[in-house]
Formats: sequence, structure tokens, C-alpha cells
Amino acid sequence: MRTPLIAYYFRLGLRSLRRNGVLTVLMITAIGVGIGASMTTLTVFRAMSGDPIPQKSHQLFAAQIDNWGPNKPGEQSEDQLTDQLSYIDAMALMKARAAKRQSALYLTRLFLRPPDPQQKPLKVTVRAAYADFFPMFDAPFEYGGPWAAAEDEGRAAVVVITRDMNDRLFHGVNSVGKTIRLDDETYRVVGVLADWQLIPHFYDLNVIPFGQSDEVFLPFSRAIDKHMVNIGHTSCKAEEKAGWEARLGSDCVWLQFWAELPTAADARRYRGFLYNYAAEQQRIGRFNWPPHTQLRDVMQWLVYRHVVPSEVNILLLVSFGFLLVCLLNATGLMLAKIMGRAGDIGVRRALGASRGAIFMQCLVETGVVGLAGGLCGLALTGLGLLAARSLLPKEFVALTHLDAADIAIAVSLAVAATVLAGLYPVWRAAHVQPAWQLKAQ
Amino acid sequence: MRRNKSGAILIATQMAITLAFLANAMTLVEHRLAWSARPTGVDEANIFVMVTESVEHAADPAAREALDLATLRSLHGVVDAYATNDSPLQGGGWSETVELAADQQTPSALTAHYFGDEHALHTLGLTLIAGRNFTADEIAVRSDDAVPPASGYIVSKALALKLFPAGDALGKSIFVESTTISSPIVGIVDRLQGPFTGANGIFSTFAENSVLSPYRPVGEFSRYLVRAQPGQVAGVMKSAEQKLFEIDGNRVLRSKSMAELRAQAYRGDHGLIVLLISVCTALLIVTAFGIIGLTSYWVSQRRQQIGIRRALGATRRAIVSHFQTENLLIAAAGALGGIGIAAALNLWMVRSFEMVRMDNSRAIGGALLMLFLGQVAVLWPALRAASIPPALATRGG
Repeated sequence: MRTPLIAYYFRLGLRSLRRNGVLTVLMITAIGVGIGASMTTLTVFRAMSGDPIPQKSHQLFAAQIDNWGPNKPGEQSEDQLTDQLSYIDAMALMKARAAKRQSALYLTRLFLRPPDPQQKPLKVTVRAAYADFFPMFDAPFEYGGPWAAAEDEGRAAVVVITRDMNDRLFHGVNSVGKTIRLDDETYRVVGVLADWQLIPHFYDLNVIPFGQSDEVFLPFSRAIDKHMVNIGHTSCKAEEKAGWEARLGSDCVWLQFWAELPTAADARRYRGFLYNYAAEQQRIGRFNWPPHTQLRDVMQWLVYRHVVPSEVNILLLVSFGFLLVCLLNATGLMLAKIMGRAGDIGVRRALGASRGAIFMQCLVETGVVGLAGGLCGLALTGLGLLAARSLLPKEFVALTHLDAADIAIAVSLAVAATVLAGLYPVWRAAHVQPAWQLKAQ
Repeated sequence: MRRNKSGAILIATQMAITLAFLANAMTLVEHRLAWSARPTGVDEANIFVMVTESVEHAADPAAREALDLATLRSLHGVVDAYATNDSPLQGGGWSETVELAADQQTPSALTAHYFGDEHALHTLGLTLIAGRNFTADEIAVRSDDAVPPASGYIVSKALALKLFPAGDALGKSIFVESTTISSPIVGIVDRLQGPFTGANGIFSTFAENSVLSPYRPVGEFSRYLVRAQPGQVAGVMKSAEQKLFEIDGNRVLRSKSMAELRAQAYRGDHGLIVLLISVCTALLIVTAFGIIGLTSYWVSQRRQQIGIRRALGATRRAIVSHFQTENLLIAAAGALGGIGIAAALNLWMVRSFEMVRMDNSRAIGGALLMLFLGQVAVLWPALRAASIPPALATRGG
């Protein structure tokens, strides 16, 4: 009995929309514009503050150790810790192997001579990492796999390359076992990555937080052995002696360090381990300050490093304020529309329609407006994202797309918000006194 | 008006919220417009940046760089050129702390750190307001991590005043890269902006502080700044690229004019400005729609009453001004509330999102705009009300 009645209300709703044209158009536009603006910024915001590795983000941790002590030179973070490690500390953590997996990382740049002599030599961005890097960050392989831990030990001349690199150098065929020349030394390809986008690029935010930078991966030990220069950020507390050995022995910080700690207990143990390490450094006289260490998982790290620009937060706030205004607006217009039909409602009530029935009818009508507003808002969101893409810096562009979930969110948000906005007018309508209205006629 | 309480409250609330967001958004827009329009102090219109990277180990990078620079300087249409580590408008770059004493624990200032030789000032088009330029024989080569002692520094006026508020910076010694060796300030330029362009964060706090050190950076990667004769940037950029490729084809070469760098550096700020202005415009339109919609509804409800008033001798003008006065009262209530919400919202945003502080005049300006918007929006329904014929009163519905 209920279903056909709702269908009838739905038809009534459509008819009433047509009858009061101007108000309807105003209402749908208001809701549509509100939804459009808030969805546009929500999409940008979600993309930028999203979890880059949801399946594992609570198991991956960046370690920080205070190796500078109090009185650090400028640009310090709120907790007085540097965001990278020195070679001494990173190596100590690598040797301790206190986590399930761990890797120190840095970025270098080498010249690459393609196997095809026809191709011009080029400069590539190279990530120095340990074998653990790939399984730790769930790096997907198209061909082959990571190098072995023994190859880390042996400082082996092996590389993993990205699919783009493989397309460029080997025309996309399986290149495992083939060689490339980096800085005039021969490296054997052991793996080719499949498409792999970590956005934000959390494990090294110093480079381009919203872009993929690494083109070739090789063993960290090899990179150190061959004096491959860090092209990322290097910070030193004081001036240091020149030369590679001096850099390795210095307290300059330039290495990222990540550990995989599957359980909360593992993370707790690792925290203790870091603290004890710093305490030990204090005991042997390397640090003359109390231990100060930190372990942050991926999402904590992104917040700590302020990856989402504050502008995006402001924009998000403004858009939701906007949505709020649009809804107030819709409430007002709905009130006008429904109360404008107080006469009709009075007649229906006099003919025996219950309050509930009137309530239901008006609610369905509101829902129809919401649906129309949502569809209109969806179209505007599409336009808004197009505009955002042309306005925002390049690195954000790849992030701004609408998927099925967004569409569902937009439409249901519109319907829910409109129905919410319509509750008051609908309640007023249900309380129309039939006699009063009839008399007024 | 009391009869339409809920409608009036809705409109007033809507106007208050609109005003709160409008005032804050405009504060941000103003700040970003001013921020992205700041002059760097250099001759932006005629300078371009060339970045060259060898794709094979150069046998003698210093010699290659010297040859590159000599070629650039002799090129037709080039005023001057030099090699540097960073350039203004680059987005990010080298920062240093400056101390005035060897054992100083907290630095006296943060600053951008540029390298340049005796051609740097001429290339950038900077004029000294005190002191002298570097001489060719005091320029040291910077490669690897080695830090040769600097014979002296040229600093921006902003940094000079920050370090020596009395204005006697010239000749004073400062510690820049080293905490043990100081060098004197030999020259002061009126303005030289650092490479950092972010409108907030730590780097925005010392945007105008710069130190120019007498170094020529040498490595496989070089960045040249080239100043062309007025109006010739595009042409000179092309011929410069061609010439450098002739010297050495085994390199990756990218050039950009300062104008392009500026556009790129402030793309995000301009995007934000356009987005905020669009959202605010839409907000005003929506609010106006709301006023039109609800007032029209009131007019249609009061048709008979208006007819009676007209029949009793009220002029059209009186009907219009009735609705205008009514709207003015609602808008005034909304505007008052809005000023309060705007200030509260601003306080909260300053605390949580590095928002800029709002000047109260912005909220008051917004309030006046709201009153005006209300009057404009109400005009159409009010005129329609005024056109209701007095005869309607006699017809009863």
C-alpha cells in the first residue's frame, strides 16, 4: 500500500516543481552550487590528505633521533627534531635490525647510457635503498623482483627500474637480466616495477611530495661505496669538513629511515629500542643531552610534515560554509514553496489526509528537489574540478578526479541535506489547520 | 514582519554566515594578491635562468662553466651573466642562519644564501646603497662540501637592518656558514628577495633577507642567470641555448624567463585567489536568490493586505519602501551577527590554519555590502508588490 503512494507523492512532487517554476529553479540552483563547491574542494582535499598506503600505513614508521641537541640552528620543527637521520645513526639502526623490515634511503642522480647506442645518454633520479624497501612498501613488480639481502651486503651492481624507464630503455619487454650503464659502470636489472604511485610520496617528502621522482633503485651500500651524492635535502648543525668520508662521519642529517613494525607491541618495543640507542649515545659521550627520539606512522608523519597546505583547509572550510548558506537558503525557499500551498494542504487535510501523510508527501517533494540539486551539483563539481585542474599547481592535478564513490557522496549529500533543510517547512506544513486554511479561501 | 519570523531569521542567518566567510576570504585574497605582487628587486623583465646538467662526467667542469659564461656574456643582446646556486622566485633554496658572535646560541637572523661573482649585481640589475661590489680576485670556487672563506658579503637592506637596527651594518662582521670564521659586510643592496615563495611557514618570515657570497659554484649541474637587453629575453634565450649546445651537446638544458618563474611560483596563490573569488561571488548570488525568493513569497501572501493599503491611499513608493525597510532591518541584524561570526571565525582560523589576521574594516565593509545586497535583491519583489492594483482589495483573494 505504501509503495504506490510514495510513487504518487513522487509524481505530485514533480508536478509541484513545474508549477512553481521560479522558486524551484532558485532552489535547485542554490543546492547545486553548494554541492558543487563543497564537492570540488572535498575531492581535492581527500586526494591530498589521503592515505597513500592504506593497507599498511599503521605498520610503517619513520624514526627520528635527536643528534643535534638543544640550540639547533633555525628552521626547526615544533618538537625540536630533524626530519632525517645522519649516516652514523641510520647505519646503527640498520645493523641492529630491530624491526621486521627496515631501510635507510636517499636520492641521487646518475647519468645513464642506454643499452641501445642510438639513444642519447640521459640523467636519471636514483633511489638508494635496501632490499627490504620493496616488500616494506608493497612495491608491485611487473617482471623480476627486488634484489636479495645478500646483494645489499655485497654492494652488488643491481638495479630495479620503473615501468616508464623500462619502456624507454627496453621498449617495455622483460629486461630482467639485461644490463644498463650508470655513471659508466654496468648494472644488472633484477626487477621492473609495475605502475606504482604513492601519493603523497610519504617516504621522502623533501623531493616532490605529490609527484613520483624515483626512476631507478639500487642498493644503498653500493651508492655509499660509489660516493653517489645526495640530491635531496642535507642539513648540518655546524660546518663540516669536506669530502665523502667526512660527510659519513658527520652529524649532518640527509637520510630517510623507515621501519615496518606489524603490531602495536612491535612499535612499542621499537620505541624503547630507539630510546635506549640514544641513551647509549649519551653514555658514550656522543650526545651530551638526554635521549630524544620519535617514531611516527605514515599518517602521523604526513600531519607532522604539514603535507596538506593550509590553503586547502581554508578552502574546504569556505566551501562547507557555502554549503551551509545554500542549505539555509533552500530551507527558506522550501518554506515559501510549501507554505504557499497551505491552501492545498488544508483541502487535503479536510478530505482526511493524516498529518503523517502530509509530512510524507512534502518530504518526498523535498527529496525530489534534493535529487535535482544533487545532479546539478554533480555537473558543477565536474566543472569545478576542471577549473581547479587549470588553476592549481601541476603536482595536484593528477589527484583531482571524480570516481563513483564521489558521485554517490555528492548525490546522497544533496538529498540528505535538502531533506534536512526541508524538515522544518515540512513540519510546519503538517501542522496546517485544515479549517483555518479553508476559511481563508 | 513578526508573522514571518522563521523566514526573517533564515535570511538574517544566511546573511550573517555569508558575511563571515566573505570577510575572511577577502582578507586572504588581499594578502595573497599583495604577497604574489612583491617585487624581487631584480630586473625581472629582462632576466632568464638557464639550468644545465652534463649527462656524462665532465673532464673539467670549472673550465666548461667558465667557457659557458664567457660565451653567454659575449652573446649579442646579453647584458651580463653569472653562475649561481639559486635564483629569486625559484620556490625553494639555500637558507642559512646568521650570527654576530662565534659562540652565539640563537641565530640573529635567518637568510637566503646566494652565490655570485663580480657580475652578479650587474646581471641582477641591483644597485648598491652602500659599500662596494665584489672584485674578480676575491671570487672563490665552490665545489663539493668545501667552504672556502668568504672575503666579504653583500646583504639585502632588510637583513642589514635586522642584524644592525642602527643602520651601521656596513663593515661589520657576520657569521654565515661558519660558526668560527666571520667576514665583513662589504656591500648593501636596496632589495634582493630570497628564492622562497611560500606565503606561510618559516620561510615566509625572512623572505627579504639575502646574503650574496663571493663564490662561483662549480659542478655537473650549473645554474646561470642571464640578463638580456630590454625586450629581448625570448630571442636571447633561444640563441643562448643554441650556443651552449654548440659548446657541449652532451647536456640537459632548460631555460626559463623570470616572468615564467614568477607565474609558476605563484600559480597556487593565484589559483586560490580565483577559487575564493568565485566561491564568494556564488555565495552572494545564492544569498540574493534567497532574499528574492522569500520576499516574493511574502509579497504573494500579502497581496490582499497590500491591495487594501493601496486602496486606503498608500502610494507605490510607500509599498516599495515598506519592503525595503523590512529588508534593511533583517539585513542589519544579519550584518551585526555576521561581524561577530567573522571575527570569531578569523580567530579560530588564525590559530588552526596559518590564516592571516582580519582587519575589522573588512568585516564592516562586508556588512555594508550585505545591506546593499539586501536592498538590490529586494527591489524586484518590492516593485512587484507596488504594482498590485488597489482594486484587489475588493476582490477578496
